[in-house]
Amino acid sequence: MMMSLRRAALLAVALFAPRATLHAQPAGMRSTRPIVVASKPFGESYLLCEMFAQLLESRGIAVDRRPGLGATELAFGALRRDAIDVYPEYTGTGLVAVLHDTLTDSLAADPRRVFDQVSRHSAERFGVHWLPPLGFQNTYAIAVTRQTAARLHLRTLSDLARESAHLTAGFTADFIGRPDGLAGLRRVYGLVPRAVRPLAPAVKYQALASGAVDVVDGYSTDGMLARYDLVTLVDDRHFFPPYEAAAVVAPAIARTRPDVLGVLGLLSGRLDEVTMRALNRRIEVDGVPVATVAADALRALGLMPTGSRGSDVASATASRPSLLAYAWGERRTLAALTMRHLALVAASLFAAILVAVPLGLALERRRPLAEPIIRALGVIQTVPSIALLAFMIPVLGVGVAPALVALWLYALFPIVRGTYSGVRDADPDAVEAAEALGMTARQRLLMVRLPLAAAPIMAGIRTAAVITVGTATLAAFIGAGGLGEPIVAGLALADSRMVLSGALPAAALALLVDGVLALAERRVMPAHRRH
Amino acid sequence: MIAPRTSTAHAPAALAARGVTCRYADHVALRNVSLEVAAGTTVALVGESGSGKTTMLRCFNRMVTPDEGVITFAGVDVRADRAELLRRRVGYVPQHGGLLPHWRVLRNVALVPMLLGEPSPDDAAVAALELVGLPAATFGHRFPHELSGGQRQRVALARALAARPRVILLDEPFGALDAITRAEVQGAFAALRTSLGVTTLLVTHDLAEAARLADEIVVLRAGQVEQRGTLADLQQRPTTDYVAMLVSRAAAAAAALAPR
Repeated sequence: MMMSLRRAALLAVALFAPRATLHAQPAGMRSTRPIVVASKPFGESYLLCEMFAQLLESRGIAVDRRPGLGATELAFGALRRDAIDVYPEYTGTGLVAVLHDTLTDSLAADPRRVFDQVSRHSAERFGVHWLPPLGFQNTYAIAVTRQTAARLHLRTLSDLARESAHLTAGFTADFIGRPDGLAGLRRVYGLVPRAVRPLAPAVKYQALASGAVDVVDGYSTDGMLARYDLVTLVDDRHFFPPYEAAAVVAPAIARTRPDVLGVLGLLSGRLDEVTMRALNRRIEVDGVPVATVAADALRALGLMPTGSRGSDVASATASRPSLLAYAWGERRTLAALTMRHLALVAASLFAAILVAVPLGLALERRRPLAEPIIRALGVIQTVPSIALLAFMIPVLGVGVAPALVALWLYALFPIVRGTYSGVRDADPDAVEAAEALGMTARQRLLMVRLPLAAAPIMAGIRTAAVITVGTATLAAFIGAGGLGEPIVAGLALADSRMVLSGALPAAALALLVDGVLALAERRVMPAHRRH
Repeated sequence: MIAPRTSTAHAPAALAARGVTCRYADHVALRNVSLEVAAGTTVALVGESGSGKTTMLRCFNRMVTPDEGVITFAGVDVRADRAELLRRRVGYVPQHGGLLPHWRVLRNVALVPMLLGEPSPDDAAVAALELVGLPAATFGHRFPHELSGGQRQRVALARALAARPRVILLDEPFGALDAITRAEVQGAFAALRTSLGVTTLLVTHDLAEAARLADEIVVLRAGQVEQRGTLADLQQRPTTDYVAMLVSRAAAAAAALAPR
């Protein structure tokens, strides 16, 4: 038993190792650590992240890509604590959602002043450095279908507010919660839709096109606006602040790496809205890989030598291969992600067993404590994974560590519960007789109580394992990799093949892990119950 | 892990309780109880539920620690050594057998010899199974759930005897059996007891069983000794109304079954 556990631990370590060296610098480069380039989970953010990364690489600076971090709070929280080094952000978001500054009329009218205020306050409060804007705005685009616009004579947000009592809105959770989102629209325009459906970014356009909702929040540079022939309503009361895109840089890098600031600064003022809409469209509508689009864009700007290779998928064409062809093309990546997923699950589950089984046994000896403690562990289950991951950034940063701790926390409850009730309820007559005939407490535990409790303990472990395989997909939100990576990216890029290329292996993995544990369960099952 | 077997084979294997009082949170289980079991004899503790008879029995293998009083085993205070070492020298059969369900019969019976570090626990188990009339060749490889109720109690008895203890404690060992099986297992035990000469403390609520198996009967009621003596003593000179009632009830039950 001990031997196989040790082997499992070694395997877990071995599985993590390759990833750690995946983005290591080629030999001969400076031996500084790679720059961690991140993004938020939507298409344009992925694209800008990739452009930053390729630009830095082309100048001999090693990078570690961590795209798709949860959302603004997670990304900015990680940045200001130096857990990531750079990601693309928008001035309006920085002003309202990060700094919680109020938007005055004079600010709203002048993008320049918004940038000055945001960059000054970010530097003062967090040491975070905003590079000069990239040159385009990506503001909220409240959009309706062309038919709806024509039927209700909608041109502005004021028009929309007039008709809003008859309309159903499909807004992203982010937009519903932000002060510069739904709440502000209600305050400034009196916009009160008949109903508001929270929708994932990936599905909101389909929902609009199918008539399930009448109005959505889009981004003005979104490729989808053109694809679905939507009408963007004019912000006639200048409610939305300017959303100028810019690279934001973590305090440590801003202080110590002028070379990085210099390279990233090459993009300042170089991207306009027309360009961005075209680039986003190539990704979201035509399905061209992000790395290809990023490389092409950098070449078009003259920032990359024309012969240089964008990435190993630069040869991809604009035509979309089928799911199978796509998965086959990505098989190496998917295999690596699957192994990494498995390693995350194995390591966190192993650690959870090491803690939860002894804890369950200890609680059985202090029963008054048992229910409160087990209930407290149960409460952890109700904390949304994203929130749990966000709580951990201050302590553990981003990457594998916080993901492991979160998965470990989720796995404790079923194992402790199974161990506690299993040992508590194990054949009391037999346990009593074993004691009365002279077995020591340790002998009773190892030879009687644990074997008799094997079934509920294994049931707890199997439950924890399947939960962990599922939850581990969320590790992608915190840059820990695994099969969540293509799921998060696919949702952000509206690419269902990419989503499925992560979701299907994850489902298969859950079945496989459960099956393997079922075999293990047969091995540890007390002999009299094996048939 | 296992202490060598330092048995004092020549000392009288007598059990004695002196002035034992046991209190639980809400009631007193035993109140100043004293009793002795002479070496080689059988004493039955008789009483109804709550009389304290099981608590008294469990004091002798330290499954219960009295609040007051002294328990001795061959003249030595039971607290003299670690509880496990005492228990391995005392056979024990609970009401439902208490066999380990995940162990085969042979391993169950070999338990105490194994704990004692005897060289061949399995041989001891084979011999003990032979004693209770269950040949190891037929029954040794079965799991407890593959046995009848009577067979399980015989296996429990074999387990209690396998290390050849000089004392065994029986807690309603036949209580869960049907009448025919009970008579059969009682018979087997009676024969064994005589041939082995083992000192026995038997807890039962059945006066007839006590009369059949014990040399002396101790009647317990509400944690106190009501009367002690042979069945004849109890029948002819009951010291309390309770004992008189107990005796007459048992007699009435026997009379009802007697051929007319």
